[in-house]
Amino acid sequence: MSDHESTYVPKTGVEKWLDTRLPIVRFGADYMSLPTPKNLNYWYTFGGILALCLMIQIVTGIVLAMHYVPNTAMAFESVERIMRDVNGGWLVRYVHANGASMFFIAVYLHMLRGLYYGSYKAPREMIWIVGCVIFFLMIATAFLGYVLPWGQMSFWGAEVITNLIGAVPVVGEPILIWLRGGPSIDNATLNRFFSLHYLLPFVIAGCVVLHLWALHHAGQNNPVGILIPKDRQAKDTVPFHPYYTVKDGFAIILFLIMFAYFVFFNPNALGHADNYIPANPLVTPAHIVPEWYMLPFYAILRAIPDKFGGVVAMFGAIAVLFVIPWLDTSKVRSMRYRPQMRTFFLIFLVVCFGLGWCGGQLPDAHVIGDFDTFILIDGDLNSYLWLTRLLTAYYFIFFLVLMPLVGLREKPLPIPASISEPVLSPRIPDAAETPKAV
Amino acid sequence: MTRTRLRSAGLAVLAAVGLGLAATPALAAGEAKHPRHAGFSFEGPFGTFDQAQLQRGYKVYREVCSACHSMNLVYFRTLGEKGGPFYDAHAENAAQNRYVRAIAAEFEVPGIDTETGEAILRPATAADAFPNPYPNATAAAAANGGAAPPDLSVMAKARHDGANYIYSLLSGYQEAPAGLAINQGQYYNPYMAGDMTPFWSGDPEHVPYGGFIAMAPPLRDGQVTFDDGTEASVDQMAKDVAAFIAWASEPKAVERKQTGFAVLAYLLLFAGLTYASYRRIWKGVAH
Amino acid sequence: MAEQVVTHDGEGGDDATRRDFIHIAAGAAAAGAGVMAAWPLINSMNPAADTLALSTVEFDMSKVQEGQQVVIQWQGKPVFVRYRTEREVQEAADTPLSDLKDPQTDAERVKEGHQQYLVVVGSCTHLGCVPTFGTGDFGGWFCPCHGSHYDTSGRIRKGPAPLNLAVPEYEYLSDTSIRIG
Repeated sequence: MSDHESTYVPKTGVEKWLDTRLPIVRFGADYMSLPTPKNLNYWYTFGGILALCLMIQIVTGIVLAMHYVPNTAMAFESVERIMRDVNGGWLVRYVHANGASMFFIAVYLHMLRGLYYGSYKAPREMIWIVGCVIFFLMIATAFLGYVLPWGQMSFWGAEVITNLIGAVPVVGEPILIWLRGGPSIDNATLNRFFSLHYLLPFVIAGCVVLHLWALHHAGQNNPVGILIPKDRQAKDTVPFHPYYTVKDGFAIILFLIMFAYFVFFNPNALGHADNYIPANPLVTPAHIVPEWYMLPFYAILRAIPDKFGGVVAMFGAIAVLFVIPWLDTSKVRSMRYRPQMRTFFLIFLVVCFGLGWCGGQLPDAHVIGDFDTFILIDGDLNSYLWLTRLLTAYYFIFFLVLMPLVGLREKPLPIPASISEPVLSPRIPDAAETPKAV
Repeated sequence: MTRTRLRSAGLAVLAAVGLGLAATPALAAGEAKHPRHAGFSFEGPFGTFDQAQLQRGYKVYREVCSACHSMNLVYFRTLGEKGGPFYDAHAENAAQNRYVRAIAAEFEVPGIDTETGEAILRPATAADAFPNPYPNATAAAAANGGAAPPDLSVMAKARHDGANYIYSLLSGYQEAPAGLAINQGQYYNPYMAGDMTPFWSGDPEHVPYGGFIAMAPPLRDGQVTFDDGTEASVDQMAKDVAAFIAWASEPKAVERKQTGFAVLAYLLLFAGLTYASYRRIWKGVAH
Repeated sequence: MAEQVVTHDGEGGDDATRRDFIHIAAGAAAAGAGVMAAWPLINSMNPAADTLALSTVEFDMSKVQEGQQVVIQWQGKPVFVRYRTEREVQEAADTPLSDLKDPQTDAERVKEGHQQYLVVVGSCTHLGCVPTFGTGDFGGWFCPCHGSHYDTSGRIRKGPAPLNLAVPEYEYLSDTSIRIG
């Protein structure tokens, strides 16, 4: 699709004038007429959903910033003022707070779709890497934003996460003080976190432009995972508009229905009650848990007995995503035709949920029943500590061992010559239609 | 084909909800008892606050709780807002509401004499916040054996299952079970968060629920005289004040749910239209 | 334009290296300017003068009862002042150094003649939570966040924390009052 020729013809005089000076209308028109594989399923709609999420967060965030006060003495109160006194403030704030969760639901599904259909493989490595950068920036932005209401979880989350930097040998401590702007989390910290929380979404937006640029240069992947030969383009593709604008649009509305359920009927379900207690530097909540979308990484952090080791493992869990294009040795993109890898992928999916679950539990608590088995090194085998370690091990093995090995040794199923072939002949297995593999 | 695609979209939603559930921490042994259900009128998507109950609840707060507990984020005018305990449809606005003005005038708040600039006490107006019983947190702690009574403005949101928790806690005081070492100035409450393991000398398999609380049982039967003749039992007062605090924690909750129905109805219609449009556009395209 | 300049230079031997040097030096000067411009911005994020000014606090030890602790705030962090019972002091002193993850004797952690008073920064050396008093397997403190156990000398005994609770710099102004910081 990189060689997609422009079909835009300026009609009016104004359009012609503009087209020779700033061909912005041509850019938009080309974008809309982009030939897109016609077999994209609903898993491919999350890109559009994510674009909407980013817009919602930026717009609601700008409005909230007009009412929020980034000062330790007033932050908590100013958020409650938004909830009580600002016209429709409760709606804007709940949309923003739940929007963060919705954003992460969509980004995780988007990433899993990319993993399943091999969307990171050549020639699309840069799409994936920029996507990983966006994901990392999202985590940073969400963390910074969670500090702003200045509740107990805000404060202690900031304390715990900034302390991770203190784990770095030698330079950790001075960097920590520099980052906080003082010996402890205080007003200086809140102010700079607010500033950065406002900044990062625009950096994300910039990365999204790069993400889309790379996407349109390399071309869309599709569930079959094959490149569309030039001579089949007319047969296998449809223009992006109206075919995918309407399909993405429909998916977006379904997504918004779920979003609206949380905002209007269960707005605090994804948050933590302790964050409605104003921050108190002298009292730690009994059970510090990050927001749900950080739980898998938090679990990995706690799985390692050494402080610095835990930090390395946690960042490693994100860093490994960047090199996936080179870890996967398979010649086949889509896991539809990789039955063995598909099984490992499904286990990986369960492991990710498992890590999320473990991240919300006390490490010493029992997993099954209420009995001790035996102490292995530093904890009972029947504890979340060991379950987390097991899951963490699989997380890394999946990327570092299974991806390279299975790719070399597996026997993939026959791949259709074109994307319309599996559509026309139902003999070829399809992930959505062969429940036996699931 | 379309059906399977729809199913996968449905799976996505399910997965998302599953992710949400994973965030709820499980209760381990030695934690607080699950709150009892008070059967509040405002629960559920259709629930609304019972104005008479909110008025009774305000009276309990005013006559009992407010001696020690502040509600710094609640303003008198809020009492007269739509859905609030003293809402009056005839009042021009919440600040003009005669009940609210009368309630506010019962209090004196620090002010400044506009002529001399001296610090004085003036009657509160509808625009003022509920006055704090203590000048600052240190004074509150010092007057209460070191534990400052928490502010109640958002208490129903600051505890899991907040309204039921407040109701259960207030009406759930019990004698400490034999074998539980209790410090002076503390009381046992099975609904209070805590871990009794270090203080329990009984069967380690059956550590009592709950924790210690520095607040003595605040309610006793007949403590308040309700204007509507409702019998002021401990259970009734606990229920009413819990409802009042739940309202105060989120005065816009009913408005939120009602808006939600309109939004959902619109989105469902919008989804139907878009789906029809989608079917028409893709008609005849094998995919 | 730039390419042309380089091609012309290619002919002139020594002259070329000198001119290359000039370009490199100019580039380095630009980089230096960038770093120097960035430094004040980065440095502005370091603790400001008013933050640093709040660095000492005085405390009257007679406020602590035997077997109890008082939590005071110093530099935005909690400081535990604990009046240890004789048994607790004895336990702390009797612990062999070989049992410790971060070996330190009890005597190194208190001021001579004031063994009963332990003054430590009340943030867990793991990730900074405030440990709870009188709980845990060693009678000192227990950190609710990730389960670190400290003994009655504030030394790490079990759990993920790498170091003992920090002893802040402090001195006795009189027999019953200290100044921290």
